[in-house]
Amino acid sequence: MSEQQARLLEQQARFPAISRFLHWLMAIMVLSMLLIGIGMVATESNRYHVLVSIHKPLGIAILILVIIRFVNRLLNPPPPLPASLPGWQRMAAEGSHYLLYALMLCMPLIGWGMLSAEPYPVVLAGSLRLPPILPQNATLYAWLRQLHTVLAYLFFLTFLVHFGAALLHGLVRRDGVFESMASFGRSSPRRR
Amino acid sequence: MATDSRESSDAKSGVLTPAATAARLAVIGAVMLIVVVVFASVGGWLSPHRLTQDRIIQAFQEISGAHPGFRHNHAKGLCFSGWFDSSGAAASLSKAEILQAGGRTQVIGRFALAGGMPAQADTPAQVRSMALRFIPPGGGEWRTGMNNIPVFPVNSAQGFYDQLLATRPDPTTGKPDPAAVQAFLAHHPETARATALIKARTVSSGFADSTFNSLNAFRFVNAARVTTPVRWAMEPLQPIAEEAPAQGAHADKNYLFDDLIAQLRQHPLKWRLLVTVGQAGDPTSDATQPWPMERQRVDAGTLTLDAVSSEDGPGACTDINYDPLVLPPGIEASDDPLLSARSAAYSLSFTLRAEEKARKAPSAVTPQEVRDGGKL
Repeated sequence: MSEQQARLLEQQARFPAISRFLHWLMAIMVLSMLLIGIGMVATESNRYHVLVSIHKPLGIAILILVIIRFVNRLLNPPPPLPASLPGWQRMAAEGSHYLLYALMLCMPLIGWGMLSAEPYPVVLAGSLRLPPILPQNATLYAWLRQLHTVLAYLFFLTFLVHFGAALLHGLVRRDGVFESMASFGRSSPRRR
Repeated sequence: MATDSRESSDAKSGVLTPAATAARLAVIGAVMLIVVVVFASVGGWLSPHRLTQDRIIQAFQEISGAHPGFRHNHAKGLCFSGWFDSSGAAASLSKAEILQAGGRTQVIGRFALAGGMPAQADTPAQVRSMALRFIPPGGGEWRTGMNNIPVFPVNSAQGFYDQLLATRPDPTTGKPDPAAVQAFLAHHPETARATALIKARTVSSGFADSTFNSLNAFRFVNAARVTTPVRWAMEPLQPIAEEAPAQGAHADKNYLFDDLIAQLRQHPLKWRLLVTVGQAGDPTSDATQPWPMERQRVDAGTLTLDAVSSEDGPGACTDINYDPLVLPPGIEASDDPLLSARSAAYSLSFTLRAEEKARKAPSAVTPQEVRDGGKL
């Protein structure tokens, strides 16, 4: 076994199954959420009602899951990045991960808060409603509404960077980072 | 492929040829571009002709001018408060807390005139509206906006938008271009039929003796999950007086609102909530079509108003978005496309006026005017 192969194997440590499950579940939810959000503010058709009705419970589900996920991250720290990764990329990776966590936490809270300030009932499904978390205040609503939009674009940009970097790791660097999250079998992901 | 074999052999040593690296980078770029294009497409950036809430609000601003801080439609209004006493007669149709027997629900509402001009003079022909926000103790809120016309002039958002533009006043004559109106009606025969019904209605003397109709259909859902198509109306318990011809030429440009203020000083005003029970085949997705006259109407309870306030006073209705899709369990949206269109446009309109709040000009009906008890 060459030195390089040994290093690769060492770096192959995968995220635990629970971490991978949460990541991919939330990836689908967040992407759907961004698409629903961008779509519902640009349609007056019956899709509007459908999209808004999904947006709220999905957002609250993301809020609950991101808290679970954060606890899981503390319990199951991510595998270390390859030692070969330049320092700035390491910082960019960690920074963007924390930014994604912050956005997953803040976006639902801002949405809930802005509806509270409007005031507009936060109906999740049928008689399942959330209480307001802020007092009625139109100016506060306007501010939070704008913040919700700005952060949604930031979320999309951060996702793009994250997605692009993941593909770079998987297709160009091929350093096992992509496979540490994007492998689903029981066995070692890089066995060919 | 040749590249593949070279790549796979290189993969063993962990090194890609420059050409393979470039090819893979191109693939990554293409994938990311596709993601961006999907987002742009969903967001409407690739379809500038799509009718959106932005374009509807822009049309209002083009026609009525910019009035920062005001609603883009039904801009001139007055807040009121009161309560709703349920008779329980509609409880078999809907499980809504508001409609259960013996229930009393706090109501914050708004009377208004249709149109985007917040300072327009009151006229008999201008469509009057009543908007209600029911706030039951259990929290299942209900908001509804109703008009004093028997049917709505259009049955789609596109029809609404096209009508807005076709009937916009010409800057020189002050009247709509007849050719544009004719062209619009030729494409929208449903509007021609509905407009005839609207013109034939009896106009009452004021807000207090007007009947306000939901126009859109909804669905009542009872405890057994049985769904019934419904429309509803608020019918005045005050005697209905026909609009006197002289009243139209009233010197007071707020005469409809001032009459209401003065009447409410003397005694509370009451309306019955009449729920029209639809049957299979009654149009639920077309607000231009009336339902048959013989449909059963259920007297669901009584609305009592005992106070009014200016939108600039401690008006509890000013910052309320009377979104027709704020519905409690037991009341659901129908397939009427206008419900989503109204909800979407109201939401944007609310956001804009919340942003513009600091720049808002005084409302036509001032707190002083309300304190003075109107000008009866």
